[in-house]
Amino acid sequence: MIIYDALIAPFTEFEFMRRALAAAIALALGGAPIGVFLMLRRMSLVGDAMAHAILPGAAIGYLLSGLNLFAMTTGGLIAGFTVAILAGVVARTTELKEDASLATFVTIVSIKGTNIDLLHVLFGNILAMDDQTLLVIAFNATITLVVLAVIFRPLVIESVDPVFLRTVSRAGAPAHLAFLALVVINLVNGFHALGTLLAVGLMILPAGIARFWSRDITGMICIAVASAIFSGYAGLVLSFQTKVPSGPAIILVAAVLYVGSVLFGSVSGLFRQMFPGRHLEA
Amino acid sequence: MAAQLQFQDVTLGYDRHPAVHHLTGEVASGALLAIVGPNGAGKSTLFRGIVGILAPLAGSIVTGNLDLRDIAYLPQTVDIDRSFPISVFDLVGTGLWRASGFFGGMGKPAREKIAQALAAVGLNGFENRPIGTLSGGQMQRMLFARVLLQDARLIVLDEPFNAIDARTSADLLALVRRWHTEKRTVLAALHDMDIVRANFPETLLLARGQVAWGATAEVLTTDNLLEARRMCEAFDDSAAACAVDDMPSRAA
Repeated sequence: MIIYDALIAPFTEFEFMRRALAAAIALALGGAPIGVFLMLRRMSLVGDAMAHAILPGAAIGYLLSGLNLFAMTTGGLIAGFTVAILAGVVARTTELKEDASLATFVTIVSIKGTNIDLLHVLFGNILAMDDQTLLVIAFNATITLVVLAVIFRPLVIESVDPVFLRTVSRAGAPAHLAFLALVVINLVNGFHALGTLLAVGLMILPAGIARFWSRDITGMICIAVASAIFSGYAGLVLSFQTKVPSGPAIILVAAVLYVGSVLFGSVSGLFRQMFPGRHLEA
Repeated sequence: MAAQLQFQDVTLGYDRHPAVHHLTGEVASGALLAIVGPNGAGKSTLFRGIVGILAPLAGSIVTGNLDLRDIAYLPQTVDIDRSFPISVFDLVGTGLWRASGFFGGMGKPAREKIAQALAAVGLNGFENRPIGTLSGGQMQRMLFARVLLQDARLIVLDEPFNAIDARTSADLLALVRRWHTEKRTVLAALHDMDIVRANFPETLLLARGQVAWGATAEVLTTDNLLEARRMCEAFDDSAAACAVDDMPSRAA
């Protein structure tokens, strides 16, 4: 019974906890696979940069219509899409690499955004999910999974062998830009619940975890999603029992999983490297 | 025989410097053409133009009625991210893009084709290996297997036997000859003149411009090879704009 009280009762007794859990699961389903691709394309920090681009857009939405979910979401999406797509186009058509071209556009956008202190608005609160917010999050997660399914093959091929894709198909550029758009959608999605910084955490930490447990991309995506969902659940329980704020609690659990994976992961974990076992015959 | 490829006074290069300069000629459908020349002669650049990843600075390359998917290209320096978590089987399987596209399933026939392609390059048993664990030569063989699966009408191989041991390159040459008997058009950039003389009926000797093009025995003469060697490899930073385009006979 104690276990039930600790782990399950918070969700059966309180609706806000159920809503928070639903939001966390939706965020995990959409964000974790995106994080895996970001990591594999060596763009792990791009989520962070992109969050900076989204912030001024959300701020403009806030200035125009106050603390309004749709205005801020739309503002964030427009700013994010603009930066992502301009950066993507520059990276594809010139010699500038993706991270550098993104950094330039983020800097340009930030010139407009530095004077607005929005952090108090943008610390999302996963314990205060109303119907609208929950629907937006679930909708975005659905879009993410559908679009990712459509662009999965070209995205994988482009990540591993871009020249090959260019010689057999013209799908590379659309897939690349669609992927950047998904990054934006999921960051915007995440800041409703977690705030911009923690949203990046829930994208990238599970990807980092997955790298230590699987050698193929399907396995990585599954592990990333599972560990993101677990972080959401365990973080909410932790937050409920200890009064730690829930967003940071979720990221804390993910971070603990990550450290554990670095130490004990079956693929190149530190422990594994120190004690690899005797070499084989062939 | 109809032309599979036409070079119409084509110039390809980088930052306005020509790497292939005013090349004109035709590759017949079903040709087996070796492209030979010193380092920096423009062989790889020409290939990049043919497969459409480098736009000509002037002139044009006409690929007839070929679709992008009808061309298979084995680049010399591969831009593959070796740390990407993908198995040899899956990477070779991308060669079936033409048939499978975005959503096509990998049924039993497709799996058998992939297995056959791997066997043809001697990589049986490597199916589940991550690509990052392959040696340089094994990597090249894997890419050869993918070209095999692409089932293309025009095959462009840029120094395909680099880093490949003698036995395997003999096997791969047999594949090239098989493609020739299947009436596919094959272009290969090569440095080993013995391989060229023994296997390629036609040769283009390139040194930025065409030095000679025709039957291999007539092209690979000492005089021609010496002439190709005289090409200056470096770009001239102070070079004037090329005047050939302005001549009345060319403009017409």
